[in-house]
Amino acid sequence: MQAEYDIVVIGAGPAGLAAAIEAKKNGIESVLIVERDRELGGILQQCIHNGFGLHYFKEELTGPEYAERFINELIELRIEYKLETMVIDLTKDRVVTMVNSRDGLMTVQARAIVLAMGCRERTRGALNIPGTRPSGIFTAGTAQRFVNMEGYMPGKRVVILGSGDIGLIMARRLTLEGAKVLAVVELLPFSSGLTRNIVQCLEDFGIPLYLSHTITRIEGKKRLEGVYIAGVDVNRQPVEDTEFYIECDTLLLSVGLIPENELSKAADIKIDPATKGPIVNESLETGVDGIFACGNVVHVHDLADYVTLEAQRAGASAAQYVKELLPRKRTGISVRAGQGIRYVVPHFVNVDNLKDTLELFMRVDDVYKEKNVIVKLDDEVLATIKKKRLVPGEIEHIKIKAKMLKDKAVSSITVEVQKEGA
Amino acid sequence: MYDIAVIGAGIIGCSIARALSKYRLKTVLIEKEPDVANCTTKANSAIIHAGFDAKPGTLKAKLNVLGNAAFDELCQDLDVPFKRTGSLVVALKDDEIPTIYKLHEQGKNNGVPAMKIMGPDELRQIEPNINDDAQAALYAPTCGIIGPWELAVALAENAVDNGVEILLNSEVENIIKVENGYVLFVNERNIYAKYVINCAGLHADEINNMVAAPNFQIMPRRGEYNIMDKSVGKLVNTVVFQCPSKLGKGVLVSPTVHGNLLIGPNSEDINEKDDFETTKEGLKYIYETALRSVKRLPAGFVITAFAGLRARCERGDFIIEEAPGAAGFINVAGIESPGLTAAPAIADYVLDILKKMQVEMVEKPDFIKKRRSVVRFNELTNAEKQRLIEQDSRYGKIICRCETVTEGEIVDSIHRNAGARTLDGVKRRVRPGSGRCQGGFCSPRVMEIIARELGIDIARVVKDHPESYILTAQTKELDIDNSDDSGLLT
Repeated sequence: MQAEYDIVVIGAGPAGLAAAIEAKKNGIESVLIVERDRELGGILQQCIHNGFGLHYFKEELTGPEYAERFINELIELRIEYKLETMVIDLTKDRVVTMVNSRDGLMTVQARAIVLAMGCRERTRGALNIPGTRPSGIFTAGTAQRFVNMEGYMPGKRVVILGSGDIGLIMARRLTLEGAKVLAVVELLPFSSGLTRNIVQCLEDFGIPLYLSHTITRIEGKKRLEGVYIAGVDVNRQPVEDTEFYIECDTLLLSVGLIPENELSKAADIKIDPATKGPIVNESLETGVDGIFACGNVVHVHDLADYVTLEAQRAGASAAQYVKELLPRKRTGISVRAGQGIRYVVPHFVNVDNLKDTLELFMRVDDVYKEKNVIVKLDDEVLATIKKKRLVPGEIEHIKIKAKMLKDKAVSSITVEVQKEGA
Repeated sequence: MYDIAVIGAGIIGCSIARALSKYRLKTVLIEKEPDVANCTTKANSAIIHAGFDAKPGTLKAKLNVLGNAAFDELCQDLDVPFKRTGSLVVALKDDEIPTIYKLHEQGKNNGVPAMKIMGPDELRQIEPNINDDAQAALYAPTCGIIGPWELAVALAENAVDNGVEILLNSEVENIIKVENGYVLFVNERNIYAKYVINCAGLHADEINNMVAAPNFQIMPRRGEYNIMDKSVGKLVNTVVFQCPSKLGKGVLVSPTVHGNLLIGPNSEDINEKDDFETTKEGLKYIYETALRSVKRLPAGFVITAFAGLRARCERGDFIIEEAPGAAGFINVAGIESPGLTAAPAIADYVLDILKKMQVEMVEKPDFIKKRRSVVRFNELTNAEKQRLIEQDSRYGKIICRCETVTEGEIVDSIHRNAGARTLDGVKRRVRPGSGRCQGGFCSPRVMEIIARELGIDIARVVKDHPESYILTAQTKELDIDNSDDSGLLT
């Protein structure tokens, strides 16, 4: 084990794997990837359902199959990795402190870092659902790990709060394993999951989806005994006389993912309150020199395939940085989320780093139908894009030709959903 | 045949058991729950009060101040997290200012040291985030914060180190008076003890009524709390109280010894002694009331909510006395706030009662005063971490990411005396699952370790109560019979 590496990648999920591979392919010999779990692949290893790889490989794979392709490549490229190794500190000077059973405590100086720690699930506590605190309440991902990795069932009669993708996938998974999924309850008037998952995981199995509903109370002193569900008004507040009770022994929560940025904060990296991930530029470099970030640590993605593509750019950028080929101009174009847009990534653009196009990734803040998305360069409208339907659950992409940004001295790009009647 | 049976392993029972373990007495500590500290001790404000609240002349006043002074040495001996942060009682309106002067006087009468009244500027130097309405405050530097269940666990462990027996999952169903003592019926077993000390908390009246005429009643009063993420843990530096009302000391905002922020409690009389529900109204009330004393209290940083029950009794003071007509049966009841603070002094007070009863109290020369220290990996220096992992590689395996808890710490918490047997038991001792992900990542790993160390199937690992099972069956297999929980009992 060396004390110095050109690039240290933190996390070996889809983001970390792709970033490490891309860095190596870009000529960086000394790459280390650090993973806290027992094997490479991250959460992909517990996602045994299919639907991975449709964009990237143009074929349908399961999570472990998707991971395996990258793991094999990583091994072929002889990229050094450490498993069951936890990074416990990171400084802005790119000193990584990590720990495992075999090597003990290690301190490594890296020339560049790629952050790929992924995200965690929101919990019951974050929602502050009143009631008792029995066993039988799981985040959907934890239940997924129990069923798919450990081989145990979390319960028999299940209610799922939140219609995020993991919740939908688990509704199907638990049904196939013989549990009865009684309801999926969604606070919003629309699902935050992918349409294909609503169809394949709920409708195909006759599982009811209660939109504009929430869980108001949890009952059961020892094991969960039931939940109270109520419809919500336009302000998302429960409407009392709509309350009903479902007897169940298990509640899964699929109520959102939060990028895991405790290490980023330790390294003084600025976090965007909207994405809860680092503020990054077009090269996925954070506000701290030589520290890059990709995947769900930056913002929660819809599909692993998109994580891979973003991570490849981060890995390539980190390689350029190490080779001192990444233009260092820090100021550039600021990218702004206007009306109706919750966030846009990247947050800054240095046009010198762009090849042909700049790709912007964004989420809207509500459901919009038949609306225009407007892209402005400073105050000038660059493009008006007609959209049949915009939903917060699906990321929108917009590509801008680099030439357009280079020709004019643009200082800001704003994306917005056009107001009514405009 | 025991000299002394202590009923209830909350903070009071554990304090008394540990105090008794200094003497050549055969002592048994009997607890109906699957772990020590499993009721009121695990759900309260976690404050070591200075002692200005209680009326002068009461047991509460006397034992609060005596107890408070005992915590430095006690927590050092037992390696329990404790910090004297000081407290502020804040006057938010003009008409509250007389109240803080009254509390100041009362505190002086009770013997509380070093209090002072602070004006608005001095107040803001200590608490920059205090609400703009705050005009003055009573500052009491001896107030502290503690891990209450960690203290109870440490007391229980040290008591066992010194020869006390603990029976968990053991509910006292009946007691009968016999010659020279009592027989306690517990899990179809008869336990004979010469003396009985009733520390049954919420159920102390029911235990009393087994041997004596009803002479007090415990009426549960519920308090709800929120714990907030460590990122807002430094919003206050001291325990910030509002002026007390009839219902209690009101909603406080306090740092915790683990770096989180605690807000609560409300105060609600309820009928059932096992009603630990949080309510929408209660949680809303504590948040809105906490906002009165502290500005910039972010709503989005809640990591969990809980409710605890105060064992309130109509007499208004602690009851620490021989039960009427039941020789050798001592009630320690109605121990609501400041019971946690008073606990060390209550234990001494009980020892004095026993001495007066002519119990032969011979000190053990070999009493082990200090508990074997607890490893807290994330508090060590890098060099210490390295050394520790070289000695035992399990300290190199981080199981809980949020709180940086290692496998070594979890294994140790299971194998100590009065060790953890459940997921919550491990959580309370060494904190995996207490962080922002609330066990999302680590609970499967912690369960695996518990199963391995106790030699049971993972599906038999429970959250807390024997019926609070977590897993129902292996996938593609028949149900596991959860009714046989013998593997979980100590």
